[in-house]
Amino acid sequence: MTDIADRTDGVREVERIIIRFAGDSGDGMQLTGDRFTSASALFGNDLATLPEFPAEIRAPAGTLAGVSAFQVHISDHDITTPGDAPNVLVAMNPAALKADLHTLDNGGTVIINSDAFEERNLAKAGYKHNPLEDETLDGYTVITAPMTSLTKEACKDLGVKPRDAERSKNFFALGLVSWLYSRPEEPTMLWIQEKFKGRELVIAANEAAYRAGNAFGETAELSASRMTVRPAQLPAGTYTNINGNTALSWGLIAASQQAGIPLFLGSYPITPASDILHELSKHKNFGVRTFQAEDEIAAVGSALGASYGGHIGITTTSGPGIALKGETLGLAVSLELPLVVIDIQRGGPSTGLPTKTEAADLMMAMYGRHGEAPMPIVAASSPADCFDAAIEAVRIALEYRTPVMLLSDGYLANGTEPWKLPDLDSLPSIDIEFARELNGVDSEGREVFWPYVRNDDLARPWAIPGTEALMHRIGGIEKQDGTGNISYDPANHEFMVRLREERILKIADKLPPLEVMGDDDADILIVGWGSTWGAITSAVGRLRSGGTEVASVHLRHLYPFAANLGELLQRFDHVVVPEMNLGQLTKLLRAEFLVDAKAISKVSGQPFTAAELVTKIQEVAR
Amino acid sequence: MSAVPVTTKKDWSSDQEVRWCPGCGDYSILTAMQLLMPELEVRREDTVFISGIGCAARFPYYMNSYGMHSIHGRSPAIATGLAMARPDLDVWVVGGDGDMLSIGGNHLIHALRRNINLTILLFNNQIYGLTKGQYSPTSEVGKVTKSTPMGSIDQPFNPISVALGAEATFVARTHDMDRGHMQEMFRRAHDHQGSAIVEVFQNCNVFNDGAFNAITKRDARDAMLIDLTHGEPVRFGVDGERGVMIIDGTAKIVEVAEVGIDALHVHDETAPDPSVAFAISRLAEDRESPTPVGVFRSVQRRDYGESVSSQIAAAQDTKGPGDLHGLLRSLPTWDVS
Ligand SMILES: Cc1ncc(C[n+]2csc(CCOP(=O)(O)OP(=O)(O)O)c2C)c(N)n1
Ligand code: SF4
Ligand SMILES: [Mg+2]
Repeated sequence: MTDIADRTDGVREVERIIIRFAGDSGDGMQLTGDRFTSASALFGNDLATLPEFPAEIRAPAGTLAGVSAFQVHISDHDITTPGDAPNVLVAMNPAALKADLHTLDNGGTVIINSDAFEERNLAKAGYKHNPLEDETLDGYTVITAPMTSLTKEACKDLGVKPRDAERSKNFFALGLVSWLYSRPEEPTMLWIQEKFKGRELVIAANEAAYRAGNAFGETAELSASRMTVRPAQLPAGTYTNINGNTALSWGLIAASQQAGIPLFLGSYPITPASDILHELSKHKNFGVRTFQAEDEIAAVGSALGASYGGHIGITTTSGPGIALKGETLGLAVSLELPLVVIDIQRGGPSTGLPTKTEAADLMMAMYGRHGEAPMPIVAASSPADCFDAAIEAVRIALEYRTPVMLLSDGYLANGTEPWKLPDLDSLPSIDIEFARELNGVDSEGREVFWPYVRNDDLARPWAIPGTEALMHRIGGIEKQDGTGNISYDPANHEFMVRLREERILKIADKLPPLEVMGDDDADILIVGWGSTWGAITSAVGRLRSGGTEVASVHLRHLYPFAANLGELLQRFDHVVVPEMNLGQLTKLLRAEFLVDAKAISKVSGQPFTAAELVTKIQEVAR
Repeated sequence: MSAVPVTTKKDWSSDQEVRWCPGCGDYSILTAMQLLMPELEVRREDTVFISGIGCAARFPYYMNSYGMHSIHGRSPAIATGLAMARPDLDVWVVGGDGDMLSIGGNHLIHALRRNINLTILLFNNQIYGLTKGQYSPTSEVGKVTKSTPMGSIDQPFNPISVALGAEATFVARTHDMDRGHMQEMFRRAHDHQGSAIVEVFQNCNVFNDGAFNAITKRDARDAMLIDLTHGEPVRFGVDGERGVMIIDGTAKIVEVAEVGIDALHVHDETAPDPSVAFAISRLAEDRESPTPVGVFRSVQRRDYGESVSSQIAAAQDTKGPGDLHGLLRSLPTWDVS
C-alpha cells in the first residue's frame, strides 16, 4: 500500500487497499463486504473479492468454526486477485480476530467491535487474555469501537427493539469503514431502501447504524487513518460487478439465444453450484426450463432427454454430483447428443470442504467414466470469464453433438470482479440445424435415415422427435457407424472407440492457437488452468517488473488441448503448473507431451495468492 | 396440421430383428402395441419410446417410432426431460421390474408424483431376465434363484401399491395373455393426461416360467382375475359368485351368496383419495390368489409439463420475451469513458 498523493483534506491516496471483513456467521459479514464492494465498483475501482464462509448454516456462535469472512481488494489499476495479505481487518468478535489476524499485513489496521470482547466470547475463541489489553496487537494500528452499544444507542429513538437494533451493527461497521476509505454513501442507502422495502423499522435501524459508524470516524479523531483509492483507468464501456455463477448462468442464456436453441437445466442442489439453478430459474421469460430433479442422476438424465428433444440440456453440480452422473455421461458419449455438464469444484473427496475451493476434479472430468468415453473439457479462468466459458461449452456441445464438461470452482463461483459488458454483436455465432432429410439408402434401395452418418466435423445429424420420416432408434449398445444399428462386431467396436476419440480430438483443429504472455524467450513457462489465472497473471507481472524473465499460458481447453500446446511447451526449459490439486494437469502434460512439468500445488481450500506464486516460481528460477 | 395418416401394424414395426427368447411374453406385448398404435391415431414421428436396460427395455428397437434405449433404471428421468422440453410428443417409457423398481425406483416414484405426461409400461416378470435369472424386487419371498440358493428373504414390492403410494394419477394392471385387455389398458393410459403406469404381468419362460399361470391361463382367469370396472360392483368367479367388500378400510374377498350383491364394493377409479384403490391393490399376497386387474385409479391432476409451459408463458407475459441486453444490465452498472 504505497501513498501516491497527500490531499489537502488529509485523506491519503493509495493505489490499492485490501480489506477483510470477519465476524461470526450471524454478523452479516458477507453482506457488509458485498455492500462495500458494490459501492467501490460504482465508484469506479477495479476490484476482486473472496467470500469465505463456514459449511454450517449456523455454526456455534462465537467460535472459530463460525467465522465468516469477506476479503475485497480495491485498486486504481487493473488487478486480478483478491490480494495477498489484507491491509485492514475488521473483526466483529474475538474469534474473527483469532482466525484472521495472522493473515494481516505487518503494520496493518485492525478495526474491532470492542463490545464483543467480553469474557464468554474471549473464552470461546480460546483467548486467555483479552488481546485488546495485551501485546497481541502490538505493531498494528488498532481502531476499537463499541459497535454494538453505539448501534443500539443510535436506534434508541426509532422504536426498534434493542435485540433487533443489535443486528444492524454490521451497518455500523460498514459506515465506519466507508468513512475511513471514503466510499460514497448513496449506493448503500439506496440498497437498504430497496432491499428492506416495506420494513420501515429495519430500514431506519440500518441507516442509523451506518450513519453512526460514519459519525464515529469523524468524532473519534481517526482522520489520520483515512485513505482513498481512486477510480481505475479501465477500458471504456459499461461495467457491472459480477460473480462467476451469475456470469455462467448468463453465458448459458446468451449461448441459447445465439444458437436459437432453448435452454433446459436439470439440477440437484449442491454448494457451490446451486446459485446457477437459482439464477436460471429467474429467467423463464428466455424460454429457460429449469428442473430440480430428485437426484443428480435424474438431473443429468432429464438434461439428456431434453437434448434429445432439441433443447440444449445443461446439468450443474459439484464433484460428488459428477460422480453420480458418470454413467449417464457414458450414455451421452455413445448417443452423441449435445449436453453441458458443469462442475463447480469444491474441496473433496466426499463432502470435504463444501464451501471452500479446490480444482481436483480434472482427472474425473478427463477419465471419470467407464470405457473409453472422451468428453471435451472447458475451464473458466475468472468470475467474468465464466460467461465466455459457458458460451464456449455450449458451442462445442451443439456443433459437435457431444457432452462437454465445463469446470469452474468455488472461488470463481462466489468471487466477483468488474466485468466490461460485451457487445452482443461480438458474441460467437452458433449455427445449428436439425436434420430434416433422409441420408442413406438401405440394401433394398430405399431411401432411409441413418443416425450415425457424419459431417466434416465427424458430428452426426441431430434428428429430433417430431421430424417426419426420420424415425430412428438410438441407445447405449455399440452401434454400426452410419446406420446406427446395434453391432457386436469386434472390428466395428474398435473402429467406433477410435472414431469417438478422433472426433473429439478434431475439435482442436478449429480452436485458436494459445498465446504466450510475458517473455517469449524466458526459460520458465507457467501453465495455468481455471481460477489460478488471476494469481498467475499477477505473479508473472510482479516477477517481470522485478527483472525475472517468465512467460505464461492459460488453458481454456483441457481436452482436447489447443493444437500448438505441445510445440509451445518444448520451447521452455522449465514448465511449471500451479494448480489447486496435487498436480493433475501436470500429470496430463507429462503424459501427453513428455515434458518435465512440475506442479505448484495448493489444497488448503483457498486460492493461490500472487505472493505465494512469486516465491515458488523464484525457487524454480534459481 | 394435416390429418394423421392411416397406418398399419407394419408401419409401426422397425426393421430390427427381434431378439427375445422364443416364447417370451414380451412378444405378445409388442404385438399388442404394434396393433394398437394405428388405432390411437398418432403420428409415428410424434411418438417416442424410452427404455432403460433389461429384456423388456429392448422394446424401443422394435417400434418404428423415435426411440432411446438408455441405461438401467434411468428411463423415467430421461423421459421426464424430454416430456418437459417437448410437451407436443407422446412419450412412452418401457422397462422391467428390476429396471423400474430396483435401480430406477426413485425416478419412477418421482415421475409419478410429478404427474409428468408419460405412459409408463412396467413389464413385471418377477425376475431379472437379462442378467440370467436373479430374483427381483417383485420376486416372492422364498424364491430360489442363482443369487438366492436358500430362497429370497426380501419382502417384494407390489408395483400397484407403490404407484398408488406415490399418488400416481393413472394406475392399471394387465397381463401378456390377453391382447384385448392389454390394448384397452394401454389405450387408456395413453389417453390419460399426466403420468400413467400400467403393470403388465409378463412371462419369462426361461427364468421364471409360469409365474402367472395360476391366474392368467385362459381356464383360470374367471376364477382368479378380479376385473375392475368403473361404476360396477367388484365381482369375479366363473359365475360371478365372489366379490370384494371394503371392511374397515381393508379389501376382503367375499361370497356374493353370503353378503348379497348390494354389499359389494362399487369400483370408483376416479375417487380422489387413493386409499380404497390401495386397499384393493393389497389383494392377492401371491400369484396363486385372486388378483385384481384393470384400472385401479384414474384421476385428473395438473400435468407437470403443462405447468412448466404455463410458467414460461406467464413469465413472458409479465417480463416480456428475454432481452439479453437488459439481462446483462440487471445488476448495478457504471460507465467508464
Ligand atoms: C448400472 C447397471 N447395473 C447393472 C446392470 C445389469 N442389468 C442389466 S438388466 C438388469 C436387470 C433386468 O431385470 P428387469 O429390469 O426386471 O428386466 P428383464 O430383463 O427382466 O426384462 C441388470 C441388473 C446394468 N446394465 N447396468
Ligand atoms: S430371459 Fe426371459 S424375459 Fe428375457 S427374453 Fe428370455 S424369456 Fe424373455
Ligand atoms: Mg424382470
